[in-house]
Amino acid sequence: MKLPALGAENGAEMNRRKFMKNAAAVATVALAPGITLTAFGGAADAQASPDSRWGLLIDVSKCSSDCDACVTACSKENGWKDKGNPLTDAQWIRKVDLVDNETGREISAPVMCQHCDDAPCVDVCPTTASFKRADGIVLVDKHACIGCRYCMMACPYKARSFIHEEVADEDRKSWAPRGRGTVESCTLCVHRVDKGETPACAVACGETGNGAILFGDLMDPESEIAKRLAEYPSVALRDDLGLNPGVRYQNL
Amino acid sequence: MERTIYREIPASRPIIQVAVLLGVFIAAAAGAWFYIEHYGHIVTGMNNQIVWGMPHVFAIFLIVAASGALNVASIASVFGKTPYKPMARLSALLALALLAGGLAVLVLDLGRPDRLIIAMTKYNFGSIFAWNVILYNGFFVVVGAYLFVQMSRSMPYSIIRTVGTIAFVWRLILTTGTGSIFGWLVARTAYDAAIMAPLFIAMSFAIGLAVFVLVLTATCRLTDRAIGPKILDRMGNLLGVFAAAVLYFTIVQHLSNIYVAEHSGIERFILLEGGIYTNLFWIGQILIGGIIPIILVYHPTGGKKPASTIVASALVVIGGFSQIYVIVVGGQAFPLEIFPGFTASSSFSDGIINSYVPSYLEILFGFGGVALAIAITGFGMKVLRILPTNLSDVNIGQE
Repeated sequence: MKLPALGAENGAEMNRRKFMKNAAAVATVALAPGITLTAFGGAADAQASPDSRWGLLIDVSKCSSDCDACVTACSKENGWKDKGNPLTDAQWIRKVDLVDNETGREISAPVMCQHCDDAPCVDVCPTTASFKRADGIVLVDKHACIGCRYCMMACPYKARSFIHEEVADEDRKSWAPRGRGTVESCTLCVHRVDKGETPACAVACGETGNGAILFGDLMDPESEIAKRLAEYPSVALRDDLGLNPGVRYQNL
Repeated sequence: MERTIYREIPASRPIIQVAVLLGVFIAAAAGAWFYIEHYGHIVTGMNNQIVWGMPHVFAIFLIVAASGALNVASIASVFGKTPYKPMARLSALLALALLAGGLAVLVLDLGRPDRLIIAMTKYNFGSIFAWNVILYNGFFVVVGAYLFVQMSRSMPYSIIRTVGTIAFVWRLILTTGTGSIFGWLVARTAYDAAIMAPLFIAMSFAIGLAVFVLVLTATCRLTDRAIGPKILDRMGNLLGVFAAAVLYFTIVQHLSNIYVAEHSGIERFILLEGGIYTNLFWIGQILIGGIIPIILVYHPTGGKKPASTIVASALVVIGGFSQIYVIVVGGQAFPLEIFPGFTASSSFSDGIINSYVPSYLEILFGFGGVALAIAITGFGMKVLRILPTNLSDVNIGQE
């Protein structure tokens, strides 16, 4: 297991710095009448610390197959939704039902952007629109994304969606910029994390009583997530690829 | 034997008819593109599982053909084969035009084509895609210079040879880059293989030469210029070698994959159970694009006839297109295995074969790229002295 490591600062990181420094200016960019675009929480520059690495621990044994509270919460929080076109509608998080081929054991688990340490989407993005913050959160700079979809080809988790049609005004959140022709995915609710809050999916999962999604700082040995990871076995999805994702699964 | 005289093609009736036809295709493509641009990619057949569809198949076909179309010029000036020299200018022009057509489709299919300037100014040097942007732009510069020195009066052969060698190396690197767009995708079992780069180079040799033969023979027929059966036979034999090289790399690609248990699923899909993709592979690529053209050009008697080379070229084009469709779309149709050992299902197409039906808009749009490439070539031949007046065997000489 290889968790907290954050890669050496690369071009994408530098881009993030510049990007965040411009956040205040960006915040005034009007996208549509009544909609103002803020870049992921505005003052994030001061908060995206290389001393943290944010991640999720998903206990599959606590995840119920008939519950999609995490999906609903994410949709409500970030403005994407099921519009009846399953092939083209965006899904930042989805519930995957699994049946063990050998034993027939049935389980269910949420899958979202795994916030890889060595993210293929960041590697392949031609314009550095896909980038990783110093605290490990992988994002899309919506101003630099040209909609080439190469990141979607590269992501082993199908975590990203392409916005195929115009986004209605009511689906635009000032903290989660969305625009037709660009790619989007789970932001780990970076706007909440930067305010010291927990991502919407983890909160909603807790409220159901299941408590299958645990959010925390993987680099803080005192955090509950770090303690649980140290104490119990966990796996990364497609661990063979060596991407060191920030999202881990227990009891899979 | 007369001197090789290069002349612009005349605006004769057949040429104007072809130009009008190309204009219709380009206008239809423009209309299709505006429609997609207005409503978004929702009106295409592409979706969140098949993110690259028919426009990419056309674009990659044209880009691969572009680097291969330079073969004839390379054979003439890098490898010093005299009979190919009169055709070298057309080879370079066609290479530029095919790349322009392919890039037009690729760029206009972006979600935000209006942001092209970002792709030109913000580079992620770790991205093979960004490297391709540099390689494409460089190709225009290098091949443009190559065409210029070929057409300059009293230019020493040493300079033509030097520039030609740079262009030859550049096109090899460029196609390595195109193949690596797929070869370096670790996530998908259909790709993730270093052999993609040499496979694409072999494909470019075959498809590029085939397109060159078709454009050359069509232009000669439309302008009443002679082209000798011997030179066509030579190109036909070369096409046979290239088609065999594509088959060789294809066989190695699939045998290597079959050997790896992890990749057996995608191999079973493409080779046996993939429906349209399996048919396109065996009938389109292997039979029509490989075995039949090889038999045609090497047939002891029929292989010497010009028609054999021309028909073989058309078949290689069809096979090459099928192959790229299988690679691009077939590779995405097979589900990603995120949970090995489990059968997965979800509202996001986990665990199922992804469906893709190209819309007529995408097909029109793609053919527009082809028409644009031919139109640029025709315009170049109309205003520049690209094509010799006589390509008969007695006229173009021997080694």
